[in-house]
Amino acid sequence: MLAYIIRRLFYAIPILIGVNLLTFALFFMVNTPDQMARVQLGDKHISADAIEEWKSQRGYDKPLFLNTADDSGGLLTDTIFYEKSLRLFVFDFGKSDEGRVIGEDILERMWPSLALALPTFIVGILVNIIFSLFIVMFRASLFDTAAMIFCVALMSISGVFYIFAGQYFFAKLWHLVPISGYLGGLDAVRFLVLPVIIGVISGIGGGTRLYRTLFLEEAGKDYVRTARAKGVSELAVLFRHILPNGLIPILTSVVVVIPSLFMGSLLMESFFGIPGLGSYTLNAIWAQDFAVVRSMVFLGSVLYIIGLILTDISYTLVDPRVRLS
Amino acid sequence: MIKPVVLWSDVLIFILVAFMAAFFWHLRSRPLTLKRWRSVFHSHTGVASFVVILFYLLIAVTDSLHYRLPLDKIEGSDDVHYSQDVRSLLDDILHDLNSLDETTYSEPFSLYSFAKINMQDDSGGVYRDYPRLASAGSHLQTEEDIHADIVQRSVWGLALGLMISLLIIVPHWLWRRRYAAQSSVPWVTAYLTLAALICLSAWALLLGQVYHIFGTNQVGGDVLYQSIKAIRTGVLIGTLATLLTLPLAVVLGISAGYFRGWVDDVVQYIYTTLNSIPGILLIAASVLLIDVYIETHPDDFQLVAVRADFKFLALCFILGMTSWTGLCRLLRAETLKVSQLDYVHAAQAFGVSHARIIFRHIMPNVMHLILISLVLDFSVFVLAEAVLSYIGVGVDPSMNSWGNMINEARAELSRDPVVWWSVSAAFALMFVLVLAANLFSDRVRDAFDPRFH
Repeated sequence: MLAYIIRRLFYAIPILIGVNLLTFALFFMVNTPDQMARVQLGDKHISADAIEEWKSQRGYDKPLFLNTADDSGGLLTDTIFYEKSLRLFVFDFGKSDEGRVIGEDILERMWPSLALALPTFIVGILVNIIFSLFIVMFRASLFDTAAMIFCVALMSISGVFYIFAGQYFFAKLWHLVPISGYLGGLDAVRFLVLPVIIGVISGIGGGTRLYRTLFLEEAGKDYVRTARAKGVSELAVLFRHILPNGLIPILTSVVVVIPSLFMGSLLMESFFGIPGLGSYTLNAIWAQDFAVVRSMVFLGSVLYIIGLILTDISYTLVDPRVRLS
Repeated sequence: MIKPVVLWSDVLIFILVAFMAAFFWHLRSRPLTLKRWRSVFHSHTGVASFVVILFYLLIAVTDSLHYRLPLDKIEGSDDVHYSQDVRSLLDDILHDLNSLDETTYSEPFSLYSFAKINMQDDSGGVYRDYPRLASAGSHLQTEEDIHADIVQRSVWGLALGLMISLLIIVPHWLWRRRYAAQSSVPWVTAYLTLAALICLSAWALLLGQVYHIFGTNQVGGDVLYQSIKAIRTGVLIGTLATLLTLPLAVVLGISAGYFRGWVDDVVQYIYTTLNSIPGILLIAASVLLIDVYIETHPDDFQLVAVRADFKFLALCFILGMTSWTGLCRLLRAETLKVSQLDYVHAAQAFGVSHARIIFRHIMPNVMHLILISLVLDFSVFVLAEAVLSYIGVGVDPSMNSWGNMINEARAELSRDPVVWWSVSAAFALMFVLVLAANLFSDRVRDAFDPRFH
């Protein structure tokens, strides 16, 4: 097991290099630091000096790959590629274009993101499983059909609508919770209730439908028929046979997103004013702060790869027949 | 004379329609596939959602016939100059909706503006009140007539709609009774859906001549007009982005599954790398780059419409390039399975070329995956446009789109009282399209996915 994990971590390196090269190409080669400065400074008739100054303040005035002008051993290291891209591998994110230390910002903003994403994730899965089990209990009935049409309708509504409607009714009209904002500690609960509920509701349509298919697949298998033929009650079949076996594909399929929960949700955080990584990223996009966007891309990839490894491990944990090799 | 303007996205939408027609024509010679499609069209939801999708597509097509009007001639010159304003055929149809000019927000069916302004009374004193709208309801004798007028116009609109529907449906019904009596397609559902759509349109057009059915937006534009114009953006982004996922997904997925070895390794590496980047960030980064390109090449984009169109196509391209990994993985897995079948081995033993095996033996067996993901992705992209425009990396702000309308709603919803109509109209029209697409894709999946038989 340990050997497998270590090998998988080594496999991750070429992928991260790929991500790194891709973002580097996107941010520095397709679109040069000169153009970045021009957009940031915002003026069409900007002087060349101002651009140079902007670049040198942020370290964008170096050559991309090879610094032939540097004699003191900085041929490869005193370049944009080394300073801005390779440093990411040791999680040295450097400074944002506004001059803040990105690493510190991330550590600070990670927790509000997690406080929102984790409850949404867990409650969402529980609700979806309960709903889909309930529907499977009445499978192939009118209730089943109606519930499925309802799910498709829920899926067809834009996620933004749920946010607007929730904020309007719960916060503005009924004054049950604050519209937006955030406080640390236990006070956070007041601010998080509504976004969590909305997050769960907007996932119900797709989740319930998917889990229903997975449970139905299980319900059609031979051992279920055998159990019924033996005279096991419907409820016992559902909870003792279908549920545990149906949970395997559900749990292994959600493991991959667990590490990414740290990244937060762009929409939720920005609408509810939660100072997490999602709103951090969104603000960076709005301010065209490419240093932050680059860091978040890299962080997101790392977390995704960790998620992939966790998925493989979870397969062996829930199903002893799977062996990692 | 008017001057036709052909935007790149117009060309693509016509190619698309031609392609769809050719596809269904081609089906005539494929009895097995035809049988599957029949089962799609034998269900009520399948037929009804297809009619709704066609209706949206028709609106998108009429909105893609662009032209520029000539300006008044300058004295003593024969040169004809054209307006910078690019119009479409749909603008002519909706002319009445767009011709009611107001200055700011007004509620649906309201005769008064939504905001109070300073006004002078007869004696010269200043007071604050809601001003009367400039053109909405200007035909009314007294304001009390409005309810009777709305009812009267609604009745006329519905009657007109019914008449048009009958003009279309009755000839078809007669033709069907004579030549295709055995059809088991639920035509009644199709007729009812079509009649409902036509009646609704006739009603909206007739009332829209004199009222703002969905109110007006911040600068006094008619919201109904805007949300209808946004249909083209929604339909196009859904279809183009979906089609653009195909080339990479199909080529890479099938070759990975068929050739295995290093090809498989490379393909897996590419899609894991691309997948590991948070999708929305990759899209945002690429769109920001396009923005920078447009800003640094202002000479290439003289017309606003051309700039918006370029950005729009770039967005579709980016969406396609960042969303092909899911289908690619499915195709790879399926091809791995299919290429182990006996007849593929037999073909290889006979020395049939790889290209031929892939086209003759592999492709038909993985086609259902491609088709299912095509129809599934459509609604995903339509919904994604709204979110992307909110984030500020969506279509050009000058383009009518539901995402841009929702984006404006951020300020509107924080007003008191709330300006709810603009965003509601956008959500409603988007919901109908996405719901129809989702229901249709369900039927297609039921018909084509072997696991659902």
